[in-house]
Amino acid sequence: MAQPNPLTHPSPSSDTQLGTQTGHPAPHGAAFPPFETHTFLSQLIWLALSFGLLYYLMAKVALPRIEAILHDRSGRLSADLAEAQRMKSEADAAGAAYEKALADAQAKARDIAQGTRNELSAAAETRRKALETELNEKLAASEATIRTRTAEAMGNVRSIAGETASAIVERLTGQAPDQASIDRALDRASPVH
Amino acid sequence: MAVSIDPIHQFELKPLVSLGHIGNQEIAFTQSALYMFAAVGVIALITIVATSGRSVVPGRMQSLAEVFYEFIADTLHQATGDGGKRFLPLVFSLFMFVLILNLFGMIPYAFAVTSHLIVTFGLAALVISVVLIYGFMKHGTHFLGLFVPSGVPKPLLAILVPIEIISFISRPISLSVRLFANVLAGHIAMKIFAFFVVQLLLAGAWSVLSPLPLFLTIALTALEFLVAALQAYVFATLTAIYLNDALHPGH
Repeated sequence: MAQPNPLTHPSPSSDTQLGTQTGHPAPHGAAFPPFETHTFLSQLIWLALSFGLLYYLMAKVALPRIEAILHDRSGRLSADLAEAQRMKSEADAAGAAYEKALADAQAKARDIAQGTRNELSAAAETRRKALETELNEKLAASEATIRTRTAEAMGNVRSIAGETASAIVERLTGQAPDQASIDRALDRASPVH
Repeated sequence: MAVSIDPIHQFELKPLVSLGHIGNQEIAFTQSALYMFAAVGVIALITIVATSGRSVVPGRMQSLAEVFYEFIADTLHQATGDGGKRFLPLVFSLFMFVLILNLFGMIPYAFAVTSHLIVTFGLAALVISVVLIYGFMKHGTHFLGLFVPSGVPKPLLAILVPIEIISFISRPISLSVRLFANVLAGHIAMKIFAFFVVQLLLAGAWSVLSPLPLFLTIALTALEFLVAALQAYVFATLTAIYLNDALHPGH
């Protein structure tokens, strides 16, 4: 093709592999390449082939695959979210159960402690009462013993006093007083019972 | 070989293997065809090889494929509703094909396939054919209701229906020319500004000015990356909107 503008300095851009249009002079000389109609059929053929191949690859392979990937991902995401939600509610339920078990255990422990305390105090009470009655009985018995002993002793005192008085009177007077007067004197001397 | 300063030179097709002629048509495997198949390969790499692991936690390349998929699926769903899902392979393929070819064009010395009108027109014709065929298959003659706005007085229809028909016919033209012209103009502008840098550097004292076109070239390159992605998006979005007409012809 004729160069309309043959500048002479050497080019850094040797952007052609072949001489342009080798062996095929352009019909219109230096035509504008996009309007060189003799190339149209060739370009359309290659366009149809390459675009047809591209369409086939996209329609049969690429797009279904990408759609499946995206669909799979959104499904996976929503499934994961649902799973996370389920786990969270499970954890919440477990937490509530734990709280409840703790409260139950605390209440039970309180009950047991209270029961034990009651039992122990009841046992102590009965023991104390038994001890008290026993002590009371012993006290009463002791008091009775003391009273009988005192009575016995007091009886003995009267006879000793009578004998002593009789002996004193006999020494002083040389004769023993009769029993009746001694009894009278003793009755006068002894405190009223 | 002497480099071409001609900014048009970059758009020349270079036959790698010539396969003969049909009429005046030269059938040849050109670098353009090579780039098309390379784009198919790159797209397959991103969307098939990178997703072969089917990981639930994606790697970088699989993330990229998923981002593209969700982006196009969302765009299509917004334009066409639920019924448009069957067109996802078409819209996705169009978007990826145009995007990768546009980005290939941004590689220095590489060829911009989408700078050829016949390629973009081929894609646009495919879109309109799908719209027409699917529209008539699904709705029969009701599909022609697309050209009759509802709730308009009868006399106005005489004006509006031809306008609707012209607007429909101009769709493949605007769809293809928009992409073609953006890529073509961007590449020409980049080449011209880049050449200014060289020319100024060789122009003695004027070389002090050479940073100016250099900065412009850098800015233009960034802009062209934006255009490359944006035009692919526009192409896919308009395709989705046109497909919506085939799905729901009523106005």
